[in-house]
Order: sequence, then C-alpha cells, then structure tokens
Amino acid sequence: MIRSDEIPCVPGPRPPPRGTDLPVLLPAAEIVARRAAEERARGGSTLRLRARHGVWLFLAFVFFSGVAEARTGVGGPFWVLSTLWKWSPLLAEGFMLNLIMSFLAMVIGTVTGTLLGVAQISLMPSVKNTSWFVTQFFRNAPWLVLMFYVMYLVPFQFRIGDIVIPFPDWIKATLGFSLPVMANVSELVRGGIQSIPSGQKEAAESLAFTRRQVFWMIIIPQCVKRILPPWMNLYAILTQATVLASIVGVTEMVTTAHEILGAEYEPSLLLPLYTYVLLWFFAYCYPIARWTMHLERKFAV
Amino acid sequence: MEAFWEWFRWLYDETGINFSVLYDPYNREKFAAAMFVTVQIAVYVLFITTLIGLFGVWMQRSRFRLLRWFIRGYIELFRNTPKLVQLYCLYFGVSAFLPRFDDGTGLMAPLIGAFTWVILAFALHYGAFTVEVFRSGIEAVPDTTIEAARALGMTKLQVYRLVVLPLAFRICLPALNNNYVFVVKGTSLAYAVGINEMLYAANQIYTLDANVPEMMTVLLICYVSLVSIFVAFMNKLERALKMPGYGT
Repeated sequence: MIRSDEIPCVPGPRPPPRGTDLPVLLPAAEIVARRAAEERARGGSTLRLRARHGVWLFLAFVFFSGVAEARTGVGGPFWVLSTLWKWSPLLAEGFMLNLIMSFLAMVIGTVTGTLLGVAQISLMPSVKNTSWFVTQFFRNAPWLVLMFYVMYLVPFQFRIGDIVIPFPDWIKATLGFSLPVMANVSELVRGGIQSIPSGQKEAAESLAFTRRQVFWMIIIPQCVKRILPPWMNLYAILTQATVLASIVGVTEMVTTAHEILGAEYEPSLLLPLYTYVLLWFFAYCYPIARWTMHLERKFAV
Repeated sequence: MEAFWEWFRWLYDETGINFSVLYDPYNREKFAAAMFVTVQIAVYVLFITTLIGLFGVWMQRSRFRLLRWFIRGYIELFRNTPKLVQLYCLYFGVSAFLPRFDDGTGLMAPLIGAFTWVILAFALHYGAFTVEVFRSGIEAVPDTTIEAARALGMTKLQVYRLVVLPLAFRICLPALNNNYVFVVKGTSLAYAVGINEMLYAANQIYTLDANVPEMMTVLLICYVSLVSIFVAFMNKLERALKMPGYGT
C-alpha cells in the first residue's frame, strides 16, 4: 500500500500559503483582528490595569485632598481625610452591595448565557435562530436601558399563596445587569466552541465518541481555557457597571457618596471623595485584571 | 399614517394598552426630538472621538517626548476610569470652577452646558480607546513594507499617505467598529446629567401617562433597532473594505 505522502511528486514552486494574499502582514495584524473579535463577543474593551495606575490614582487623591483642605480652611488640619475616614464604614457597606450585585449577576448571566451559547450551535434551526436572536437583542441594548426595564417592570414583591417574596431594588438591578452579561457570555461560548478546529471534532468522531462525549470530553475542556480570560474581563467590566445602579437609586457606593456630599454640604469634598471611591474600585479590579493578563499569557497558543 | 397612529388610540380604548407615545402627537414629537438628540450625541461623539484618535496617534508618534507623555497620560487616565465617574467629575467637578455668565434673563448660566459636557466627556472617554485602536493598526504594518516603500523613492509623507494609513485603517477597522458601536450604545448614560435624550423623554412620558410597561418596551425596541442598524451598517462597511484574501 502506498501512503499518499510517499507518492513522489513533481518538484515545482511551493503552493502559496492558504487564507491570505498578504502573508507579510500576518502576525501583528492577526493579533489586532483576534482582539477585536474577542472584544466584540465580550461587548466591552479589555481592562489593562497596571500598578502605576493605582499609584497615580493615589497621588490624585492626595492632591485633591490637599486642594480641598486649602479651600475649606475650617475644621482643622486633615479635615478631609478624617471626614472620609468617618464615612468609610458607610461607603464600605455600599461597596459590599456593588460586589454582591456583580457576583450574583455574573452567576445568573453565566448559567443562562452558557445555555444560550450552546443553543446557538444547536443543529435544530429553530433553537439556533431563536437563541441567536435573543443574544443579539440583549447585546445591542444598552446596559442602562435594560436595567431601567427590569427596574420598572419587575414587581417589588411576589405573592405565592400566603408567602410574600420581597424583591428589593438591588435584586432587580442585579437581574437587569445579568441580561447583558447573559448575552455576552452566550457570544463568548459560541465563539469559543467554534474556535476549536473542526479536525478535533472529526478525529474524536472517527474514534467513535458520541456527539455528547465529543462535546463534554473534547470541546468543552479546550473551550474553558479560551473563554476564561475574556470571561474574567467581563466580570471586571460588570463590577464597574454596577455603579449605574446609583442612577435608579440603589444605595450602592456612588449613591452613598452622593448622600455624604449632601450631608457634609461642602462642594470641595467632591473630587477627593470620588477619587477615594475610585481607589476602592481599583483595589478590587486590579488583581482581577492582573490575573486575567496572566491567564491570557499562560493560555496563549 | 394617521390611520396607523389612530389604531393605537383604538387599542388603548379597547384593551387599555396605552402606547401614548404613538397616538398622542405631543408625546410623539417629544420622543422623536429625543431620538434626534440621541443620534446627535452619537454623531458628535463619533466625529470628535475620531479626530482625537487621529491627532492622538500623530502626537504619540511624534519626536517630542512631552507630547508623547501627554497623550500617554491622557490614554491611561480616560481608559481606566469609569465613564460615569468621568462624566460626573467633568459636569459637577470641573464645571464648578469655570466662570458663569449672565444669559440675558438674569440667570447665571454655566459657560459650558450639560449637552456639551456630555459630548466632551464621552468623546474624551472613547477617544482614548480610538487612539489605541489607530496605534495598533499602524503598528501592525510591518517595517519591511515601509522600508520597501522608502526604497522605491517615496517620501516619508507619501509612505504614510499611500502605504501605511490605508493598510492600517483596514487592519484596525474591526476594532474601530467595536469602539463606534460602544459609543452609540453608551449614549443612554447622558440621562445621568439630565440630557433630554430617549431614556429621559421616555421617563417623562411614563411619569405623566402612567404607562411604564408600554413606554419601556418602546424604548428598548428603539434602542435595539438604532444600535442594530448601526451595527449592520458598520459590518457592511467592514466587509466592503476588507483586504481581499486577508483574514477569514
């Protein structure tokens, strides 16, 4: 038996590389294209935080505090810092709500989004098209509008018989956030599954794996690696987006900051207070962003 | 058309489903005007953000270190802080330091109005990303291509105009497309400082007519169609300008 690669072939010019007419552009341009595709699926720009950003933020905080100190001139030295310290427990409470909302929204969004994403590669046209439509619909709607929608349309309590299940505003906001997260996770999952070379699937099928086995034992393990970094980035974006809840009056950190400004009645406190809030968010998002970058490098092919 | 609007009045009378924004001419005009404001914000921001991107990338590649530092600081600052905080800082923070003037009615009007602040804040925020996008495109053009063009006797400007920029633009178009879609999607945040855009107008209408579910549905559909049309247009542009044979 002669294997195909043993057939002596006529020497001639090498065939041109497939897929591109401009091989010279490949490496750098391909990275740009891949990043863009990933960004599109995730629906947000990549967060690239460095330690120096934290240092600058801290310097800005010190500077604004100094300016505020000089402008007020009352209440003794370190008035601004002691005021911020005094309100810190309350701000921390607000921040906790931000974290809880982001966490819950991520869990709900990931579970539903994964199902939706898998449905997008279903073999049944109706399932495929419906899930595609749902994904595109929620991907193209602004986060704020979706939050308003859920905020105003979900009742503040459900009554099942005698049991009353309360639905406070922050849970409604969380549901509102989980809708766009769901759509973006769905797109990430679809992209991740489709990015696995079809040869993998064909090889597995030729080894008599069932479709279910191929999915769980071949595709998914490879997919998770690819999806994890953008998924974490989505979480960082979501955490930042939870401040949108302040617009509809959920008492999270920015709302609390507004209330503190009202209580202190001192306009020059505004910039120090906001940079202080930013520092909190930075402290939380920085490790996530670092870890994401680390994973990206680790999983890079 | 009139019959179409009237059908919604009939729907309200028959079923109580109140699409007042469709049959009430006052609300209809109000919402249409708000939709125009949304489009206006998007167009202004898209335009300014592109300018910032072009100038930014030019400054970033200039010989003067100070310019490079300035643009790097700008990118780092506006890329890594939330948009809402930037908007609040500009609108409530910086605005307070600017002088006010008499607007003729005896009221002291701020030098820069809310509408301008919103456009400025959004343009600065997305501009930082646009600079990055253009930079990634220009950097993706291989040095050998530029050297080859130079070797053919082109001047530096010619190389930029005829070789680097056309290639760079087409390389970074998908990323630019993403950025532009984020701009259009992000306009709803103007609500936070009370700009009369779609979300705000919807809010006013359902406050008066007490038809929250109907109005929110109209709003959601309007936003999704606006963004979808823009996405479809940009994707079409992307396909039309695709380098033949490049990519998948």
